[in-house]
Amino acid sequence: MSLGHLGYALVLVGVAAATFGAVVGLVGGLRRRPATLRWALGATYAFAGAMLAANLVMEVGLLTDDFSIRYVAQVGSIQTPTVYKIVSLWSALEGSILFWGLVLGGYLAAFAWLHRKEDPLYMSVALGVMLSVATFFAFLIAGPANPFEVLPNPPSNGPGPNPLLQNHVLMIVHPPMLYLGYVGMTVPFGVALAGLIKGEIRTSWMGPLRRWTLTAWIFLTIGIVLGGWWAYAVLGWGGYWAWDPVENASFLPWLTATAFIHSTMVQERKRMLKLWTLSLALASFVLTILGTFMTRSGVFNSVHSFTQSDIGPTFLVFIGILLVACISLLAFRGPLLVAEDHIKAPLSRETSILVNNLVFAALTFVVLVGTLHPLIAESLFDKRVSVGAPYFNRLTLPFWVAMLFLMGVGPMLPWGRADGSRFRNQFLVPAGAALLTVGVCVAFGLRGGYALSVFGLAAFVTVITLRELVLPVRARMRDKQESFFKALSGSASRSQRRFGGYIVHLGIVLIAVAVAASSAFVSHTTATLRVGESFELQGHQMTFEGLVRGQEPHREYVAARLQLTPRGGDGQRLLAPRMNYYESSTDPVGTPAVHDTVREDLYVSLLAFDGKSQIASFNAWTFPLVSWIWWSLPILAFGTLIAVWPVRRRKPGKAGTKADGEGGKPEVAPADAPSPTAEQGAA
Amino acid sequence: MSPTTRNRLILVGALAIAASGLAVIAFGNLGENLVYYWSPQEMLDQGDKAYGPTIRLGGVVKEGSIEWDADSAELRFRVAEGVEEDAVSVPVRSRETPPQMFRDNIGVVVEGTWSSAGLFESNRLMVNHSNEYRPPEEGEEKSWDQTVSAASGPGAP
Repeated sequence: MSLGHLGYALVLVGVAAATFGAVVGLVGGLRRRPATLRWALGATYAFAGAMLAANLVMEVGLLTDDFSIRYVAQVGSIQTPTVYKIVSLWSALEGSILFWGLVLGGYLAAFAWLHRKEDPLYMSVALGVMLSVATFFAFLIAGPANPFEVLPNPPSNGPGPNPLLQNHVLMIVHPPMLYLGYVGMTVPFGVALAGLIKGEIRTSWMGPLRRWTLTAWIFLTIGIVLGGWWAYAVLGWGGYWAWDPVENASFLPWLTATAFIHSTMVQERKRMLKLWTLSLALASFVLTILGTFMTRSGVFNSVHSFTQSDIGPTFLVFIGILLVACISLLAFRGPLLVAEDHIKAPLSRETSILVNNLVFAALTFVVLVGTLHPLIAESLFDKRVSVGAPYFNRLTLPFWVAMLFLMGVGPMLPWGRADGSRFRNQFLVPAGAALLTVGVCVAFGLRGGYALSVFGLAAFVTVITLRELVLPVRARMRDKQESFFKALSGSASRSQRRFGGYIVHLGIVLIAVAVAASSAFVSHTTATLRVGESFELQGHQMTFEGLVRGQEPHREYVAARLQLTPRGGDGQRLLAPRMNYYESSTDPVGTPAVHDTVREDLYVSLLAFDGKSQIASFNAWTFPLVSWIWWSLPILAFGTLIAVWPVRRRKPGKAGTKADGEGGKPEVAPADAPSPTAEQGAA
Repeated sequence: MSPTTRNRLILVGALAIAASGLAVIAFGNLGENLVYYWSPQEMLDQGDKAYGPTIRLGGVVKEGSIEWDADSAELRFRVAEGVEEDAVSVPVRSRETPPQMFRDNIGVVVEGTWSSAGLFESNRLMVNHSNEYRPPEEGEEKSWDQTVSAASGPGAP
């Protein structure tokens, strides 16, 4: 038996396990047979095991250059360095769907294991839903996207993976992160749909639901930011986000998942927005499937369209089934999930989160319309159009500004009803900081309404967030005579979610400032130079010293030597933007040279060159603060880690609207506390 | 009416108004920002309608039509329907330095506007990465096979 047959047999085991588990889970859960959970759990582990084994078989095939497997013949080559052989698992369509199966198996097994002692009926239904999704993907791997097809006449060598994938180390990390984000949405989808099917969702499920979504959310966030970074570092057109359909595909579920994370807080504390919250969980999952369809079926002409295949129709059918199932369940079972409370005051935490959710919903709508319009126009009216970036920029900018404002106002407001005069007092310092920031920017000659309002609001949010973080710590230091670090860790562990959430907010503020600065204050020039000539951009002097050619194991390159004298004259250095030539490609893939500092990036790409006359053309940009976008990643990851870190199990029946005393005596809020809820946000 | 019902009615009303407003704005802006994807023949078939909106003109660079003036950074070429000698083609002017892969008969997409003067003013020039990447064929030059001084002698062909 060849490796290909073995892999295919494992995929079939996966299909069987997933189908069996889906049927047993759903039927057993709905017929109220708690004993069947055992079978659903077993099927989940079997599916995960089969997927793991199938992926290992494919890796063995890739590493041993077994070109009798079609996928290996398609993306492998003997010359490919080992690390790229390993990652070529996700370098093309069939392999990436197989990898999807592995990630899905991992998530489902982890979910099954961690919650195996929960209510067996609910667990059965939830696992049944998730395994139904697994069944679809297992069928996809077994049928339309079968990577294990055995070639009767295997070639002696393959073309190697797509050059774009070998060109930068980020391509090793970006796709798995994105998949961990996409696939992770399956778990909240299963839990939420189970809630709808059963017509009730216990408050005790809201914590796990939020944590699973947060886990997927942080991977999705990392994947999106790394994707932007990759585009910036490789594609050489001087940007990180182009509202490309493929980018939007990952952004849409991010928007709904972010909205979901916020609305769970209202559901948990106030038992409102139940149906809405569940709808967001369903939407996030459906949008990841839509995104995968758009990325992987080649319906869009974009840089990612190299993975064209015939899986498109299969995906469309699946999306159709998902939509019908979700919408009819929402319509028929939704009324069972009634709110147990209502909003009592316009100035309250729950109102701010509600408005936040509306802003996210509006953003999702705008981006979805712009992304899908070309598809609809082409399929219905046979018109080939694309929606320009100005549409997205113009329509989303006001929402981003509103969002920043809410990020400041929300944390200041208490649950229930805010005290107006107290709120006004708290408002003064942050508002002053915002005005001061705008004033300083104007004094330094910066103009532009949106950029300045983002800077001002960033100061506003930062002041509020730091105040919300620090004041409880100070109160602890005073009341309990603790050292700063002890009080900090005490305060953080006592209200992980709030603490982690605010740290994530600070990371988002960093991104907002970086995006505003790098897009509003960008400068650009092009130059065509002979050896010895130089050009200048924003005070940076660059002299062309000639072309050099070099070789690396998997590619050859031509680089232009540019002597850079940075603005101010200090720290001369050599920039070497280059073009890489791969064995498998006639066209070069560029690598721009980036001189990055905290303040700005100088970004130079080699546009064209002529070896005979030693002339080279360059595209050069300066992007203020752009590297802050990438630097926000550790902050976001750290904050999320704090928020999802498992908490000690609390006694049931305490998730009410009152302060959670956490067993001990409740901490007395000091008179100057920023908001009465400062220490109560945790749950 | 109970406060819950009243609140809900107010909420639904406000949402409906906000949603329809958003829809109007979104679809209104959509029309203004559409970029039409046409080949030279399709664009010419549109007649007067093609003057004005942003167009992505896709085709191939007509053989022998490239004129590059480095001093004024002006690039002129023709985008043709196909590689055949008699294919319909459209003159294009660009202010961009042509990228390395830009050459006769390569697939390009230029974004810009078409005017009644019969000139396509491009502000963005994209060379089609051939989606099926393949090794250069026998006798076919890699575009850099010109005299570039080798940085690392051994191994350089």
